[in-house]
Amino acid sequence: MKYFILILLFVLACLANAAETLPVDVPDTLAERVKACTICHGAEDRHDGDSYYPRIAGKLEGYLFNQLRHFRDGRRYYQPMAILLENMSDEYLREIARYFAVLNLPYPSPESITLQPVEANLARRLVYSGDSRRNIPACSTCHGKELMGTAPFVPGLLGLPRAYITAQLGGWHSGGLIRGKVANCMADIAKQLTYEEINAIAKWLAVQPVSGEPVGELSVEMSQRCANLALENGEAR
Amino acid sequence: MMQVRRAIFGVWRNAFLFLGYMLTMLFAANVMAVNASTEETSLSGQQRGEYLVRVGNCLGCHTAKGGQPFAGGYRLSTSFGTFVTPNITPDKETGIGLWSEEDFWKAMHEGKSRDGRLLYPAFPYTDYTKVTREDASLIFAYLQSIPAVSQVNPSHEIRFPYNYRPLLYIWRTLFFKQGVYEPDQSRSAKWNRGAYLVQGLGHCNACHIARNVLGASQDETMAGGQIMGSNWYAPSLTSRREAGGMDWTIEEIVALLSSGVSRRAMMSGPMATVVRQSLQYLSQDDARAMAIYLKSLPESNNVQPEVNYPPMPDNVRRYLAQGEKIYVKYCQDCHGISGQGAPGIYPALADNRSVIMVIPTNVIRTVLNGGYPPTTRANSRPYGMPPFQQVIRDEEVAQVVSFIRNAWGNHGSLVSAVDVGQSREGSH
Ligand code: HEC
Ligand code: HEC
Ligand code: HEC
Ligand code: HEC
Ligand code: HEC
Repeated sequence: MKYFILILLFVLACLANAAETLPVDVPDTLAERVKACTICHGAEDRHDGDSYYPRIAGKLEGYLFNQLRHFRDGRRYYQPMAILLENMSDEYLREIARYFAVLNLPYPSPESITLQPVEANLARRLVYSGDSRRNIPACSTCHGKELMGTAPFVPGLLGLPRAYITAQLGGWHSGGLIRGKVANCMADIAKQLTYEEINAIAKWLAVQPVSGEPVGELSVEMSQRCANLALENGEAR
Repeated sequence: MMQVRRAIFGVWRNAFLFLGYMLTMLFAANVMAVNASTEETSLSGQQRGEYLVRVGNCLGCHTAKGGQPFAGGYRLSTSFGTFVTPNITPDKETGIGLWSEEDFWKAMHEGKSRDGRLLYPAFPYTDYTKVTREDASLIFAYLQSIPAVSQVNPSHEIRFPYNYRPLLYIWRTLFFKQGVYEPDQSRSAKWNRGAYLVQGLGHCNACHIARNVLGASQDETMAGGQIMGSNWYAPSLTSRREAGGMDWTIEEIVALLSSGVSRRAMMSGPMATVVRQSLQYLSQDDARAMAIYLKSLPESNNVQPEVNYPPMPDNVRRYLAQGEKIYVKYCQDCHGISGQGAPGIYPALADNRSVIMVIPTNVIRTVLNGGYPPTTRANSRPYGMPPFQQVIRDEEVAQVVSFIRNAWGNHGSLVSAVDVGQSREGSH
């Protein structure tokens, strides 16, 4: 019996040792491979001091793929991500985009912001009718009737926090470093909006409940307007 | 008289014959030594040119981020200012469409532009000068065959006095040794091929060498160096404690060069970029040849004698214990309870020379910024390291780095929050 216990102790000691020196057991999954991303991009949008980390789960694959290429190639600027993406192939970026796109996570409930009736009217008019005098189509012609996006690369506008929407539209509007250095159909539109309109739209979008699905495809006219983004979204370079 | 003449003629003739013989031998040796592998010679001239352009990584420097291939515009920041690379597509106005093969040879071999202007060594002609005329002309032919792109690039933004080109005359007399690679007859053909690639087209020296204030490589030993204008340290290829391959197997070196990962190391930062853009395309023969040469490099650093590390004072122990807490919380999942990692996926931190290197720049950078090894054909879906700069404070980064440098049998200097702050600065 005494020997048995000794042997048992010995075996246990060996096992413990082995566990310490055996290579870490790493799951062969994409979830494991993108741990460097999920440290910032959790299941929800996150505020962390001054920083703001948008959620990326459930967004359209083509949209995510375009953004990843933009960050890597310097068309959208955020240094921490540029460093991570610098040496990734288009194929891998596509795979990562697909991984996040099919993650089905519940959306946050709408923000509670007080919205003045004038703001709501202003926003609703631009979103559903646009302004033909300034050549601004209704946002819904591209972002979908339900504003949940249009495959493959026009993102949904619901479920995004107000601060994020303001930052993106503001960035395009001012031609800032973050997103405004490159011309595309969205940048052209945001440049035309006034700050008042941007604020109203951001508030209005942020209080809408999320429902519906992305729609099928852009009209011929709109896809011509966004031709350079569509091209990018095609085959790997 | 006639006889004398004949005799003199004879002597001359013999001398000529002898010379000719020597030259042929030399030439033959040359051909034998640095010639392309059989894999490569089975390719067409066009394909060989394309291959050599990959090995020289012309695309990497002559293409702006997200820009048109070879149309230039890439910004190369150095301690003298920023160089903007020129357009080398065959466009007649804005590229090198009007260049002759001779003009191109002068650029590669002598570092002179078509108009005779001296070129800045930010274009690594100090290495490319070793490239043979045959290879240079294959490269030229390939570059002339790619689509012409009309693109004018902004001029360099170089600080005074470096913006004064004639200064390059002085620099060149001091530091530029022009000349095609000369094979070492006492070595094998493979070794010579490796040396030719590493010293020439591969321009490993451009980074892996200490630089003096004039931006010239200080010696030819491929000792490590802080890369100009970046906060990365390129470790020495002639020290087994840094990046040397003396005690590695040829297979391990080949794996590291061509896939970016190996059991003992992973390529990160600028080196990951070199692997993605260039080294992953090496033919098996050339990767082996490089490895054979790298493994054979003589050691420049005196090997550190075994030291007995004195017991640590209590305050150091406490400092490291703080670091250990951070390690357990944030790092252990991937790098393991005893720093063992998962080779080829998550690098081991125990017994890892990158971790304990005297200059801690790269370790600190990795913890602050994270990173992925490059995607390569052999490792197309790499795993990544998260950035921690927005997760833990500089003091905590210093503690955890100090901990991993002194755990599991590692011995390295302690790192302070000030070191971390310095590593944050500067472009990447
Ligand atoms: C340090 C935190 C951080 C890390 C790590 C990080 N991101 Fe981001 N990500 C951000 C921030 C902040 C933004 C928003 C930037 C902006 O405002 O333009 C963003 C934006 C994005 C977007 C665009 C979202 C949108 O709706 O337009 C995508 C896609 C994305 N990240 C994917 C990734 C992937 C994939 C990784 C891992 C390889 C990653 N990120 C790693 C912070 C991070
Ligand atoms: C012509 C088509 C088109 C119209 C009209 C349009 N957009 Fe967009 N929008 C896009 C595209 C395409 C993108 C993605 C841009 C990219 O890939 O960088 C986008 C992106 C956005 C984003 C960023 C979303 C994110 O997750 O980062 C916001 C916000 C936005 N649009 C708001 C609007 C508003 C508000 C309007 C109406 C005033 C509008 N858009 C009208 C095509 C359009
Ligand atoms: C490390 C970056 C780098 C790499 C790699 C590189 N170049 Fe360059 N190249 C430059 C820079 C910078 C200049 C501009 C030098 C100057 O203006 O003095 C330049 C200039 C040139 C020029 C002269 C153009 C002119 O108009 O005078 C030619 C030709 C050239 N490079 C060809 C090549 C080829 C071929 C390769 C690959 C074998 C290559 N380069 C690789 C950075 C690089
Ligand atoms: C643009 C600069 C640059 C060039 C060019 C370059 N290197 Fe490096 N190299 C680095 C840096 C920075 C590191 C340190 C980062 C790392 O460890 O991956 C490094 C690391 C290495 C390592 C050690 C990897 C490890 O972790 O142990 C080897 C081996 C190496 N380089 C070989 C080469 C060879 C061979 C060439 C030429 C074909 C070359 N390098 C060209 C910058 C460069
Ligand atoms: C999600 C997994 C993961 C986590 C968590 C992680 N690492 Fe890493 N680590 C990696 C990967 C992958 C690499 C290789 C990165 C590269 O090649 O650019 C790496 C590289 C390193 C290196 C460079 C090693 C070398 O050979 O060059 C150091 C040092 C390091 N990690 C330390 C840490 C520390 C300290 C922490 C905790 C604060 C940590 N890591 C957390 C995955 C991880």
